[in-house]
Amino acid sequence: MGALLEIRGLKTHFATDDGMVQAVDGVDLIVDRGETLGVVGESGCGKTVTALSVLKLIAMPPGRIVEGQILWQGRDLVPLGGRDLDLIRSKEIAIVFQEPMTSLNPVYTVGEQIAEVLRRHEGLGRRAAREKTIEMLRLVQIPNAERRVGDYPHQFSGGMRQRVMIAMALSCSPQLLIADEPTTALDVTIQAQILELLQDLKSRLGMAVMLITHAMGVVAETAQRVVVMYAGKVVEEAPVRQLFARPLHPYTRGLIRSMPRIDRAATRKTRLEAIGGVVPSLLAPPPGCRFAPRCRFAAAICREAVPPLREIEGGHRVACALAETIPQ
Amino acid sequence: MSEPLLRVKDLVKHFAIKGGVFSRQTDRVHAVDHVSFDIAAGETLGLVGESGCGKSTTGRCILRLIEPTAGEIWFEGRNVTALDRGALRALCRDMQIIFQDPFASLNPRMTVGAIISEALTIHKLAKSRREFTDRVVQLLETVGLDADHMRRYPHEFSGGQRQRIGIARALAVEPKLIVCDEPVSALDVSIQAQVINLLEDLQERFSLTYLFIAHDLSVVEHISTRVAVMYLGRVVEIASARNLYTSPRHPYTEALLSAVPIPDPEVKRQRIMLQGDVPNPIRPPSGCRFHTRCPIRKLPLCSQQIPELKEGPKGHWVACHLRS
Amino acid sequence: MAGSIRALPSTEVGAGARASGRRFSPGLEAWRRFSRHRLALAGGVILIAMVLAILLGTTLWPVPINDIDFTARLGPPSWQHPFGTDDLGQDLLARMIYGGRISLAVGLAAMFVAVSVGTAVGAIAGMSRGWVGSGLMWLTDLFLSLPQLPLLLLVIYLFRDHLRALLGPEGGVFVLIVIVIGGLRWMPVARLVRGQFLSLREKEFVEAARALGASKTRQVVRHILPNALGPVIVAGTIDVAAAIIAESTLSFLGLGFPPDIPTWGRILYDAKDYLDIAPHWALFPGAAVFLTVLSINFIGDGLRDTLDPRRVM
Repeated sequence: MGALLEIRGLKTHFATDDGMVQAVDGVDLIVDRGETLGVVGESGCGKTVTALSVLKLIAMPPGRIVEGQILWQGRDLVPLGGRDLDLIRSKEIAIVFQEPMTSLNPVYTVGEQIAEVLRRHEGLGRRAAREKTIEMLRLVQIPNAERRVGDYPHQFSGGMRQRVMIAMALSCSPQLLIADEPTTALDVTIQAQILELLQDLKSRLGMAVMLITHAMGVVAETAQRVVVMYAGKVVEEAPVRQLFARPLHPYTRGLIRSMPRIDRAATRKTRLEAIGGVVPSLLAPPPGCRFAPRCRFAAAICREAVPPLREIEGGHRVACALAETIPQ
Repeated sequence: MSEPLLRVKDLVKHFAIKGGVFSRQTDRVHAVDHVSFDIAAGETLGLVGESGCGKSTTGRCILRLIEPTAGEIWFEGRNVTALDRGALRALCRDMQIIFQDPFASLNPRMTVGAIISEALTIHKLAKSRREFTDRVVQLLETVGLDADHMRRYPHEFSGGQRQRIGIARALAVEPKLIVCDEPVSALDVSIQAQVINLLEDLQERFSLTYLFIAHDLSVVEHISTRVAVMYLGRVVEIASARNLYTSPRHPYTEALLSAVPIPDPEVKRQRIMLQGDVPNPIRPPSGCRFHTRCPIRKLPLCSQQIPELKEGPKGHWVACHLRS
Repeated sequence: MAGSIRALPSTEVGAGARASGRRFSPGLEAWRRFSRHRLALAGGVILIAMVLAILLGTTLWPVPINDIDFTARLGPPSWQHPFGTDDLGQDLLARMIYGGRISLAVGLAAMFVAVSVGTAVGAIAGMSRGWVGSGLMWLTDLFLSLPQLPLLLLVIYLFRDHLRALLGPEGGVFVLIVIVIGGLRWMPVARLVRGQFLSLREKEFVEAARALGASKTRQVVRHILPNALGPVIVAGTIDVAAAIIAESTLSFLGLGFPPDIPTWGRILYDAKDYLDIAPHWALFPGAAVFLTVLSINFIGDGLRDTLDPRRVM
């Protein structure tokens, strides 16, 4: 049983004025059919760059996929270009971005934008494309779809625009949807609507979702497996329940403990456990484990070599030399 | 019952929308509509709501960074809304503000030292060069930065560090009240915790009072003594943090709380889904502003009459016809 | 707006990188970025060379500009006269050095007038909230609609003699030309500055200054103006170039400085009838104007990229 998407040893670097930024430095990732993989991490960890690398949406220059393979159903996407890549984009792998305001072209109606995708990739004629467009808008629960199909993006609210984006992404029934911070720019009640919509569509269309976010709460509610990234590398990977019940990597633990919890409002308020320091520079990352400078448990071995991602228990992998010895 | 440090009474702010050849007012954005609340000395009042609810505008009106359209603001028994320019400047020593965007809230062409000490310059708070520098160093160290950061420029710092600079700037005048306008929303989760802890420490050390404006309910619950919930320019509920989160009474608060994702896959919750979007503040719904999306609304009462904020047991205020 | 403000992956990385201890003032940073722009650097080198040549010229090449020598008239470039001679046998190199001084002085002075007036008008318009702002912009639009050349001619015709009587032949014309050229170039600067002010005054750091009790003057001088000047500097360099051309045009039309003063435009005016016999006479001043303007434009391009706030904010 092959994985749907397998990323092996991906390294994407950017040439900047100050030097080579190693934004993604050796990332391994698997997305299985029909599952929701949550990719979690803070800014600068490389999660967005990883997602954009899959569809080669990175500006190259200054970016470059230096090393690694991106296997889509066994086929490596890295050497692909032009037409071959176009066939995969939208039709097999679709992507939804964070800012619905800037992702939609303001001078075309939403109907035209969705229809363009359909005509291009599915070869539908004008009437068929329009009908399918209205069907897609209904699928994402936009009321009055027949009328709204002729509206411009600025006539929709933020949440509605994100639904339009999702409709566009799903119009060709892709097998994988990459959602890059799809709800970060939205209000929390709208976020709840969109996340529920994504869950609903996922089960209806049987597609896999790679959900990229910095919000652990979102991941806890929607993902089945979680990958935690830090400073361009994967530091932990586990099924969602296991990750939250027994986080093994000190960074993951620190992250979970530093979040205030509203479901514990009734209990006594305790001080948040903050992770001291800042994210290291990706220009000249520290040798050894990148989290070591901020890690409470760091030992000499941690600063010597980058710890490999190894399996501790079923499906739970950690990149930490001291994972077994750290008390819970 | 002692006098509250800050009292906001029936605050109203409407923004005029101008149009036409002569820029005449054609419409109004009802940003803040008859908002009232008190803040006692030493407490933290959290102000939550989604975008467009008017919480940031309220915060700015308190400092008169935005001039209120109507209503009164009383600080330590003085009517802030009636003060003239000169007296208002003196008030800057008592009330300060911390902004959301760590990138836009610092002048990129000023050194960190100059940014932090600007208040000292304006209000002539340091008598000598020596005293000046000492105070800046003291402020930097208070917020967890180094003395030699004084000569650097904002772009050399990370988001969390810039936010600390903004906090140091606010502390320079030794204020009594600080309006925190989404101070951690633009920061990473692990940095948020650092800054929240810093704010709590400073509150204890300097006996500060906070108005903590945010949309992140988890953060607000953690740091606040009491919380006020706003929707479309009006306050719909005020209660102690614990009571609001354990037993919310307004249907909007309930929906809001149920929508917050909890970082624990074991917790199963019943989500209250609100239909539709937040209405346009230019043409707010008649009667109770929430009635268009309210799961328990009862027409025609809810669409005709604006519910008053009524006090319930344990200082729990609700503005709802059906729940107060 | 709900939600965070997330920077793009690449800019975010930059902020983190810098926090690791390197010290750069905005000035040094700007120089680093400017020096990467090859054309701008080339322009800078050329301009500096020309300015140095003009300033040191009279000491290094002490040939009088009105030494009439009919035996050497219309001579091509030679060791004795590196730029050749004109129809009166006057040395062109010396005349060009002298003229260059005036051209550059006019260029810089006119730019200064345009930028000062434009910034003042733009700042007042940008800071006001009522009819003052709209009124000033209306005035700016009015000036923009005036036909430049006829107005130039009219003003010169009306005021040349008065000013000459007041400040002497050279001084009078200098002031007149500077005012006329600068006075017709302040409008784009005003628009630019007003736009900058309108956006900057809503920025949070200006609000913060207000919250600290800063007076309006302080807000403008300490906070808004330093951040607004980027595009103004770029526009300013373009103004220098345009002013030099304008002065040359005026002199070429016979309306600028008195005929005995060899500004580059004047030399061109004199040379125009001898293009077939003595092309070198027109070539050198033409090339000088061209090179000056070109290098200033390149510098302007470099400055525009350097001062682009897209990276820092």
